[in-house]
This record gives sequence, structure tokens and C-alpha cells, in this order.
Amino acid sequence: MASAVETIDPPRPQAPYLFARHSVAVRLTHWINALAIFFLLMTGLNIFNAHPVLYWGPYGASPDTAPRWLEIGSRNVAGTAQGYVRIGDLTVTTTGVLGLSKTAADAANPVAYPSWATFPSYRDLATARSFHFFFAWVLILTGLAYLGHSLASGHLRRDLWPKAGELSVGNIAHDVVAHAKLQFPKGEEAKRYHILQKLAYGGVVFVMVPLVILTGLGMSPANNAAWPWILDVFGSRPNARSLHWVAANLIGLFIVVHLLMVVLAGPINEIRSMITGKFRIDPKAAR
Amino acid sequence: MIEISRRKLFGFGGIAAGGALLTACDGLARSDSLGGVIKSAESATLRWQRAIGRDALAPEYSLADLSPHFKVNGTREPVEAEYQALKRSGFADWRLQVGGLVANPLKLALPQLKALPQRTQITKHDCVEGWTAIGQWTGPQLGLILQAAGLKPGARYVVFRCADNYGGEASKGGLQSSSLYYESIDLVDAFHPQTLLAHSLNGAPLGVGNGAPIRLRVERQLGYKQAKYVMAIDVVASLAGYGQGNGGYWEDRGYEWYAGI
Repeated sequence: MASAVETIDPPRPQAPYLFARHSVAVRLTHWINALAIFFLLMTGLNIFNAHPVLYWGPYGASPDTAPRWLEIGSRNVAGTAQGYVRIGDLTVTTTGVLGLSKTAADAANPVAYPSWATFPSYRDLATARSFHFFFAWVLILTGLAYLGHSLASGHLRRDLWPKAGELSVGNIAHDVVAHAKLQFPKGEEAKRYHILQKLAYGGVVFVMVPLVILTGLGMSPANNAAWPWILDVFGSRPNARSLHWVAANLIGLFIVVHLLMVVLAGPINEIRSMITGKFRIDPKAAR
Repeated sequence: MIEISRRKLFGFGGIAAGGALLTACDGLARSDSLGGVIKSAESATLRWQRAIGRDALAPEYSLADLSPHFKVNGTREPVEAEYQALKRSGFADWRLQVGGLVANPLKLALPQLKALPQRTQITKHDCVEGWTAIGQWTGPQLGLILQAAGLKPGARYVVFRCADNYGGEASKGGLQSSSLYYESIDLVDAFHPQTLLAHSLNGAPLGVGNGAPIRLRVERQLGYKQAKYVMAIDVVASLAGYGQGNGGYWEDRGYEWYAGI
């Protein structure tokens, strides 16, 4: 015996309203990890500058030319200094950015990554390492807190984990086309993550950050003794170092796309939602 | 025209803002008060790595994995007269002094070190800069020598005094200055079975570039801990009194004393 009242849809707000999108735990860990990753990437580039060569195989040092697969350096071509990146047999001239750039004081700077991309801005392996390992601890501890909270609160299952059907080729293709047209979910649809967001955030949380941490530990001689299985997984310390660089690049790429999407989707609403938690929904805005 | 000048203005503004940001960031790198917080990660790493593998052995490799050329790094040849004289005699006159907080101070010649039980191990050498070399090392365990000397109460560290005045390395950046090389480890690493005073590399006597007559191998730490040209070993209660008191040449220039990562 359904009463008339029960069959009526609950009244839906017609006016724009603020929706509680991000919990305080998500917001806090987001910004702590953002700071940590900013320092980890920039100190990582400074550390790389101390030996701007990557190897594949059990060993790899400057006398070993066979196992080197990537090199960033500078060379003299017909009396002109050039910066270059060499990957395998392919050499690309990158003067101005990679291999040879300028210091803030406009002096020639023969260094792999330019001063504006590194922390500190000048060569300083000791300081870069100290900050790198401090923020590595921050990333690991904050990351574990985030994971624990996300599992316990259901954030992971409810918001991030793809639901049945979402991973279908059709749904992914639909979302790719929508992103390409810069059509972002509006109205009530903007309350939840769509599949590309789930894959991107899930990829960072479950693939890229674990990979960058494990490959980082794979370079530590004491960790190699305590947990040799990490070396077994990646094959060697030079391999772990190479994959650490690849994972860091993927995280950097994610950050670029992430920031671009924030700007395109409405930076004020997006950034506010990660600070105050509140996200403005306009029910009348159709997709 | 207006558009171009506006763009230029924006460009200059961007460069100025970027420059200010860089200066502010570099200020963080030089801050002493922040430095204390940042450096706290070193003891966290030491405690964690000791907790998960205090007695763990570093991985050992096979002859097939040896680096074709074991990279020579740091001092290539000590120029000091004392070392040069020892080198001319084929290190026949070299004596390893073991002193400090020990019951029996020792003076050991190279043949005496070679007469002790020997350990041979193929391990990787992990440089702080990021490169890796694999070599086969032979020598007595440091623990045997320390046992023979007999540690006195209060002993906490083992300091290795080397023959070479070292001037640093431009690729590392940071503070660069010249002083006698030295290193130190604690007793956990000193008595670790893979911690050797190596006199041979890849089955041949250690070359001058790699630290003749002996170099320390402390396999669970980075390359700068593997002191070359070791002349004397001091067992001590405190690292004060050596260099600037931080426990090593590179440690005095900002690097971690615990180089397990």
C-alpha cells in the first residue's frame, strides 16, 4: 500500500548549491603529498644531474658504454656548445633546456636538468639528497595514512574503484571523446569521478607511487640486503634507477595533465573543493 | 603593438617571479633551522633499516656479473710523500695501526693481514652519484682484527684514517675543499661478516686507483664509506675530534653519516 507521498521523487534543488566533495583526510593528505612530490621531483632532478646517465643490466658506471641507454649531456659541435639527449642510438639536440642551459644570472650552465627545474637550483647533491629522503618519508607515511583512511571510510570502493561496466571499451571511448571535446560532466553528473579520472587517480595511487617508492628502495644498498626481493623484481640496481626515472616522469606527466584539467574544468570550483571540501553543483547546467 | 608589449611585460614578470621563487627555494636549502628537521630523516632511515635487516647480508654476485673495468673514483693517486715512499717499497713498510679504545694496540703488516682467515665476496659498489660497479674483494674481516685488538668499554665507532688529501668533486656540487680523507662506521657494521679490509680486487692486488694497499668494504652503505688507502683504525667513543666531527670527509660536507640509502 504505497502512499502517494512515497512515490513522489524527493524535491531536487534547482538552484546551485555546495556539495561536500572531499573529506578533510583526503584534502589534508592531498596537499601534504603535493608538497612532498614537488620537492621529490625537483631534488630528484638535482640528484640525477650528479650522474646524468641511465644503465640497464647488473652494473653501470662511466667506463661502461654497453649498458647505457640514456644520457643527457653537452658537447662541442664545430666550435659551438650544444646540449643533447641520447636515447639508444638516437641523439636529439636540446640546447637551452637539457644538457646545456643558463643559470638565473644568464651564465652558460652545462648541466643535465636546468636550474629552474631543480632544488636547490645549483648543483648540490648532499642537500638534494637530504631533502629527497625527508620528503620520501613524508610521502610514504602520508600515503599510508591516505590508503588506510580510504579503505576504512569506503572512499576507495565508493569513489575510486571502477564499477561494473565502467571499464567497457565503449564507456572509456565515450569519456576519451568527451575529454577531447573538453566537455566535462556538469550538474549532478559532476559529483562522481568518471572512468578516465578513476584510471588516472588509481594509476597514481596504485601503480606509479608504489613503483617510484619500490625502485627508490631498490637503489639503497642497506635495503638491498634486507629486502633482496626488490632487486629480484627489477633485476638490478641500475634497472631500478632507470625505472625510478621513468616512474618520476610518468608522475610529472600526470601532474601536468591534472593541472591542465583543473584549469579547463573550472579552476575556482576545483581548487576550492580541495581546500574547503565544497564543490558547487548547478543542477540546471546540462551536459 | 600593445599586444606585443603586454606579452613582453608578462614574460618579464614571469621571469622575475620565477627568479624570486628560485631564490626563496634556495633559501630553504641553506636554512639551518630547517636543516635540522630535514636531517632527522637520516636517523629515521638508520633505525628503519636496522629494524628490517640488522644482520642481513648484501647480495653477492657471480664472476659473470663483474664490471669489465671497476671504476676508479675519488683520489686516483695520493701525492703525499709518505704514501709515495710506501708505494715505492711495494707497501713492504706499510703498517696498519689499530688503536684508540682497544686493550692491545696493533701494528699489522700486509703479509700479516693476508695470513688471517680470508673472505672473498663479489658485491656491488653503489656510488652516491647513482652509478654501480661490481667487483670481487678479498681480505680479512674487520671483526677479526677488532677482536684481536680487544674493544674497551665505551667503544662505539671505528674511524678509518686515510693517506690522501682529497679535494672533492665538481659533479657533486656543494661545498668543495681539501682535507685528509677519513670515514667511520658503528660497531654493527664493523662486526658485520661482509665488512672487510680488502687487499685484492678481482683476484689481483688492489691497484693504487682503487685504494692500495687496503680499502674498507662496508657493503650495505654507499661508495663514499668504502675508505681507500687506510693507514690507521681508531676505536672511539665519539666522532668529535676528527675533521669537523661529522664522521667523514663527505659527512663534513653535508652528506649523511649513515649512507644506507
